[in-house]
Amino acid sequence: MTIDWNAFTPSASLAGGLLIGLAAALFVLLNGRIAGISGVLGGLLAPIRGDLAWRLAFLLGLVGAPVAYALVASVPEPRIDADWARLVVAGVLVGLGTRYGAGCTSGHGVCGLSRLSLRSFVATAAFMAAGFATVFATRHLLAG
Amino acid sequence: MPILTSLIAGLVFGIGLIVSGMANPAKVLGFLDLAGHWDPSLAFVMAGAIAVGLLAFAVARRRTASFLGLGMRLPESRQIDRRLVGGSLLFGIGWGIAGFCPGPALVALGMGQAKAAVFVLAMLAGMALFELLERRVVRPTRKA
Repeated sequence: MTIDWNAFTPSASLAGGLLIGLAAALFVLLNGRIAGISGVLGGLLAPIRGDLAWRLAFLLGLVGAPVAYALVASVPEPRIDADWARLVVAGVLVGLGTRYGAGCTSGHGVCGLSRLSLRSFVATAAFMAAGFATVFATRHLLAG
Repeated sequence: MPILTSLIAGLVFGIGLIVSGMANPAKVLGFLDLAGHWDPSLAFVMAGAIAVGLLAFAVARRRTASFLGLGMRLPESRQIDRRLVGGSLLFGIGWGIAGFCPGPALVALGMGQAKAAVFVLAMLAGMALFELLERRVVRPTRKA
């Protein structure tokens, strides 16, 4: 392992993390809910009366974030290397997996670890390990 | 009011993802690539988010209603089972393939990235597949 000092952004990432924590804090203290993106989104597919508006509002905020950000500064361009086929496979796995596992990086990773939930520690360890193993396989074992 | 606070929480969350660099899949994969040129930034995002989250959930845990008077909807399950671990592993594999988890994918969608749109559609398909499989297995009472 070598650290990629050119890519490493400790202060911006810490600041962004504080904002993410603030959003999760606002959401639980004001709305009484966990800011778990897969749960908020997945709940739209099994709609319950009176349960749609807050989900749509939260998701609108998330999708609208780059638009708001662009009012102040230019939005950094993401780099998406995966080809279309990989995006589809990855998307299906993320959708299915986060619903079976009842959470993703936000629900288990941020909120669950903050609640000191053992269940979320296990889930986070599992998806982190699988993520590390997958990148190791695709970049170092299979890549030409 | 809860709709507005949902929107704000989603917005702050999304801006946090942009500031932290996590809306960029290449940066997430840089963290997951332990054996390559490693970018530790994601760990700093988690540290920042959890630092705020610990405080917020310590307050939330002691309350039965939110500051807007809504019921506290914190997860009650403590079960560590195959669904949790298997689902999280599937999620981690998908995460490692494309570098997208649900939140960043939605933010990148808001940046107008066509590849993010493909990922989000596939993710919704995965979530819909979960709903179909669930309804077939447990027909009677749906969990909320």
